[in-house]
Amino acid sequence: MTPKLEAQDIRLAYLQPRTDTQLVALNGVNLQVMDGEFVAIVGPSGCGKTTFLSVVDGLIAATGGRVLVDGEVVTRPGPDRAVVFQDASLLPWRTVLGNVRYGLECLGVGTREADARAEKLIALVGLPGFEHHYPHELSGGMQQRVNLARALVVDPKILLMDEPFASLDAQTRELMQEELTRIWAQARKTVLFITHQIDEAIYLADRVVVFSGRPGKVKDSIAVDIERPRPIGVKRQARFHALEDRIWRLIDEDVKTKARVESS
Amino acid sequence: MKFERLLIGGGTLVGFLLVWELCADFGAINPLFISSPSRIAQTGAALMTDPDFWNDVRVSAREFIFGYVAAIVIGVPLGLLMGTSRRLSYILAPFVDTLNAVPRVTLLPLLIIWFGIGIWSKVAVVFLGAVIPIVISALSGVKTNEARFLAMARSFTASRAKIFASIVLPGTVPFIFTGLKYAAGRALLGVVVGELYASTAGLGHMIAEAGNMFQTDTLFFGVLIFTATGLVVVALLDRLERRFERWRPSVGAAT
Amino acid sequence: MKRLYLAHERAILGVAGVVLFLILWEGFERGWWAALLQPLLGSQAARFQLKPIFISSPTRIASMAFDMFFVTGSIWKDLGWSSLEFTVGIALAFAIGIPLGLAAGWYRRFNYAVEPFLTALNATPQVAFLPLLILWVGTGLASRVLIIVLLAVLPVAISALAAVRTVDARLVRVARSFSAGDALLFRSIILPSAVPFLLAGARLAVGRGMIGIVVGEIYGSAAGIGAMINQAGSRFETDKVFVGVLTIAAAGVALVELIRHIERRVDVWRPQAAA
Repeated sequence: MTPKLEAQDIRLAYLQPRTDTQLVALNGVNLQVMDGEFVAIVGPSGCGKTTFLSVVDGLIAATGGRVLVDGEVVTRPGPDRAVVFQDASLLPWRTVLGNVRYGLECLGVGTREADARAEKLIALVGLPGFEHHYPHELSGGMQQRVNLARALVVDPKILLMDEPFASLDAQTRELMQEELTRIWAQARKTVLFITHQIDEAIYLADRVVVFSGRPGKVKDSIAVDIERPRPIGVKRQARFHALEDRIWRLIDEDVKTKARVESS
Repeated sequence: MKFERLLIGGGTLVGFLLVWELCADFGAINPLFISSPSRIAQTGAALMTDPDFWNDVRVSAREFIFGYVAAIVIGVPLGLLMGTSRRLSYILAPFVDTLNAVPRVTLLPLLIIWFGIGIWSKVAVVFLGAVIPIVISALSGVKTNEARFLAMARSFTASRAKIFASIVLPGTVPFIFTGLKYAAGRALLGVVVGELYASTAGLGHMIAEAGNMFQTDTLFFGVLIFTATGLVVVALLDRLERRFERWRPSVGAAT
Repeated sequence: MKRLYLAHERAILGVAGVVLFLILWEGFERGWWAALLQPLLGSQAARFQLKPIFISSPTRIASMAFDMFFVTGSIWKDLGWSSLEFTVGIALAFAIGIPLGLAAGWYRRFNYAVEPFLTALNATPQVAFLPLLILWVGTGLASRVLIIVLLAVLPVAISALAAVRTVDARLVRVARSFSAGDALLFRSIILPSAVPFLLAGARLAVGRGMIGIVVGEIYGSAAGIGAMINQAGSRFETDKVFVGVLTIAAAGVALVELIRHIERRVDVWRPQAAA
């Protein structure tokens, strides 16, 4: 079966103007995501996870390799992929409704249809009644829900999420993780989710991909065998801890190596 | 406690006016040099029935409005264009910067040579004074676009035109309003200086003539009108700004 | 080649634009464009030559400037007088504005008291007071200095006020926790943090003050750059007018750049100052 999303040997290097040296950000990333799969990517800081996401979306051009969606090569942003950024980036001068339908406007969808679709999604993410609020009136968690609605409303084949909960406090973060599993169960999208937090990755994903330290490469891919639906309590279970431990060791190796290299 | 500000401010103002009035009435200072609130009020009332006064008002108003509106109509698009096109801003920047460095009023003798002493030389100095702050604020409004919004728009495949209309333009609005307020003060200054320098009519001309003839009451009344205009225009712009920026949490905070 | 251009695009385009402008200008005065368009437009082409009393020309201005600066030296006297008025005026503006602003920033009630006056003065084009000043002190040095003071005092006062108000409350708390009295607090925390504000205010005051030079010298025939420009203007000596205008512009830019330079030096400890 054709993977929904496939990254073939993605390389990215760029010239650092000041030192006039090449910085290799991604060193041959190979990844396959099947239709409806939720894949999380974790890795040490600076390993290129966000850069990889940008390449997949087409915001940055890779220096080598290619990205395929449904078997076709993609090089630019398109309606088949949507990004949920770490910063909600809601346009402050638009209401929630105006923000959610932004992507549809860009695709040329008429206002009435766009509004109708947006309203459905605003309800799905748990914010019915907030259509005419302005972003500054919303909390951080609520803004991220709008962010998510905006990405979902264009009905992308693949949802790319770049540490969307990083700026939320611990409690809101766990709440949002639960919400996300609920929404995903209904929307059934293929998801690539980047995060720093191992427990978040395991809780949300079907599979956790571990990136190695810079230059970025896939180190390992670990399946999460926990059945769905997953109540948040699942995080306290032994098997969950075991997975955490395993992944943590993989990352730790790289962090320690990097520290040794940098201090030598 | 809230009224404290009003009370003290209002109180000092009233006290000042009282002291002024008393000094003038009791000959402590010659009223010829300093007039007094009552005299100013009386002369003011008399002037308001004088058709010549209203002609002066019309002339000054025209100079202000023509120059200011022209500055907005030309300045805003120009500033936006310069902000969007790097090349254009490289070419035009030396001229904008030079014009910014020259106190526009120094150009008056030149403008009189070109446009004569009628209203057009004043319109020109008002225009020149107002257009520069407007261009500069529109330009910096475009430049200060938040990169994260642009990234978001690109990920949704927004065209350049869409990005301009939906992100750049709304983002420039606060900057443009700041520029408009500053330009209004400059425009008013242009009217006064232009008319003091060389004119046959207008409120500035009225003030100059009154000064020549020691008609201090008229003089003060003229200055008062300019003060009132300045306050009203800024208040109107503030109101307008608040309507455009309902989405901002902090518009109208004590600045 | 292309990389060289791109690296210096800003300077290249800037200079090219100015040079083009100067050539265009010169051509209008000398009739280059008129001559060029002659075969196409016939007698109508004569419109493309403008008389020097209207527009002068870069070469005429340059030679007049050389003349005024180095041959007759007539401009130095004017520069001297205007600089004197300007310096005295600005100094007075600081002497009045800084204490006024600091007091208004420190004592809330004083602020309430002077607020109506400052707002009114700010809303009024201060130049409108010129006839009044002349009525009071005549058309000599005094009225010129006073108009500069009126124009420059507000930016100074407002920036001093902002300086006191915007002091980082955390720093104040630290000082108080060490039982610092008002005077010490003022000297050790408020004054140093006020410096950037005062410099910015000085920059604005300088710009405003330059207006005063030109405006104050409208009346009276004593020396001064503004007076020189006005007289030259009334005699249609456009070359002189341009020389005067450019001299003022250059002086203004030089002063503002000097202050900016000081601002940058003083700001060295700041991680990232808002402009």
